[in-house]
Amino acid sequence: MHMSDALISPAVGGTLWAATAGLTAVAARRVERSGQDTRAPLMGVLGAFVFAAQMVNFSIPGTGSSGHLGGGLLLAILLGPHAGFLVMTSVLLVQALFFADGGVLALGCNVFNLGFFTSYVAYPLVWRPLAGRAPGRGRLALASIVAGVVGLQLGAFGVVLETTTSGVSSLPFSTFAGLMQSIHLAIGIVEGLVTAAVVLAVQRARPEVLIRERAGGGSLRLVVTGIAIAAVVVGGVLSWFASVRPDGLEWTIARVSGSEALKAPATNVHAAMARLQERTAVLPDYALPASTAKKAERGSPAETSLSGLVGGALVFGVALAIGAGARIRRRAGGA
Amino acid sequence: MARFATAYAGPASLDALARRDTPAGRLDPRTKVLATVAFVVVVASFGRLELARLAPLAAYPLALGVLGDVPWRPIAVRLAIASPFALGMAAAEPFLDRTPLPGGLGVSAGELALLTILGKFLLSLGAALLLVATTPFDDVCVALRRVGVPRVLVSQLLLTYRYLFVLGEESRRLLRAHALRSPDRPRPTLRAAGALLGSLLVRALARAERIHVAMRCRGFDGTMPLRRPGAPGRADAVFAAATLALLVVARLGDLPAHLGRLLTGSPG
Repeated sequence: MHMSDALISPAVGGTLWAATAGLTAVAARRVERSGQDTRAPLMGVLGAFVFAAQMVNFSIPGTGSSGHLGGGLLLAILLGPHAGFLVMTSVLLVQALFFADGGVLALGCNVFNLGFFTSYVAYPLVWRPLAGRAPGRGRLALASIVAGVVGLQLGAFGVVLETTTSGVSSLPFSTFAGLMQSIHLAIGIVEGLVTAAVVLAVQRARPEVLIRERAGGGSLRLVVTGIAIAAVVVGGVLSWFASVRPDGLEWTIARVSGSEALKAPATNVHAAMARLQERTAVLPDYALPASTAKKAERGSPAETSLSGLVGGALVFGVALAIGAGARIRRRAGGA
Repeated sequence: MARFATAYAGPASLDALARRDTPAGRLDPRTKVLATVAFVVVVASFGRLELARLAPLAAYPLALGVLGDVPWRPIAVRLAIASPFALGMAAAEPFLDRTPLPGGLGVSAGELALLTILGKFLLSLGAALLLVATTPFDDVCVALRRVGVPRVLVSQLLLTYRYLFVLGEESRRLLRAHALRSPDRPRPTLRAAGALLGSLLVRALARAERIHVAMRCRGFDGTMPLRRPGAPGRADAVFAAATLALLVVARLGDLPAHLGRLLTGSPG
């Protein structure tokens, strides 16, 4: 559920970038202060492990589809929240740059959705108190499933909120939210199961790795707090949207047409050019009646986009030709 | 994640491309990193129907690709297999918004929105891929450190990237072995995946410890040494100025619309 650059606005991307930068600075300071930075090799190898683990595509029972590990919760369990968060950030950055998964501007969103919620909510407020000090198989599985679900529900909701506030996609909020939350309920359960299986395997083979991070005591109050936060955030905001914005699509459209900057008004120079254009125009019949722009509010950006499309295609063609020309010249020069 | 294999296969790996001596490769990594970020922000700043205004921006990735002598195929392959999630969301647009666009081309606003998202997608991801195809990853990390990314995160990035290939191979071996053991069901079940990932993790931990010991023996104190970049040169100034000019013109002016009006005679 990586957000893409193409689906967010600079305002949303920038805000979450700033938030991520702040969080990263805090996490880095905590890791350095705790002397964990000498564990850089462990963190680095675990980052690479998340990639390698995502190559293992397993079949999901009863659905015919397949899935892979997300890794955020597992990293927090193995490394603690701060180091886990940093590792997840690095994984997402490498994914954005080399795999075209996510994006540079969307990095903040992705770190928030996939790193922050698992490291700083699902792990400390749900997994640790539920699992307690030395959990048995059942308890560990339960803690992982609940934490996996909480983390992914929050993450999925983050995706919905970021997409809707960006106004690039016209998916109706309520439909989109309903779809995302229910799909990620299933994904969360699977994530929890796999995480539990991996933690159990480590516990059997290398128990000392886990003991280090298992300091927190089992307090039910923390679990309730964690789940309550998740419920309030998801449920509260969901119902607020549902009541204030009865139709998500209309709201999105209103937002989009409202925020769309009006096209530059015709200047004198432009008016003078118009007469020349009429005589030189290649496709004069495509002139659009100006009145439609006033009738439909959304018409104005849409209308200019036709002549824009023609020009755009042309500019793109010229750019392409320049690129090809430069390449041929380089080839010729190099040979 | 089958694309792991595709994305890293052979000499066409982006890092190998980046290590060649090309005009783009000689640019200061900071210039390229900051230019990429600025470019991506400008691309995202256009509205959902402004496909045409994106067109001039294609000049940036094209120029970087030409300056870096980057073959188009590895970039295209990566773009083609990228982010099914984002594209799936964009694919809903034509069904959600059927408002016809004036002009009689039979294109609805939703279809134009889909194309716009696709255009943004190609531009921003193309720019990111071209950044790493013209800049070795350790140089990207140097640049990140220089613009204030915390030291711990930079070390983390370097080490993650270094072991990506190693553990990726390890994972492939595990999967191949599993497929040989259960030929009728080569894709592991949930239960089997737990065991596979568990042993992958145990191996990774053992490797991390050996690396840690080896690094400590060689004086590692928690800081990854980074190359010190030279001062940005004239080429950097030219590249930065050209990028800035392109971004400003594309953002403030509307070259395609002017050209389009000139050609169609529309008063627009």
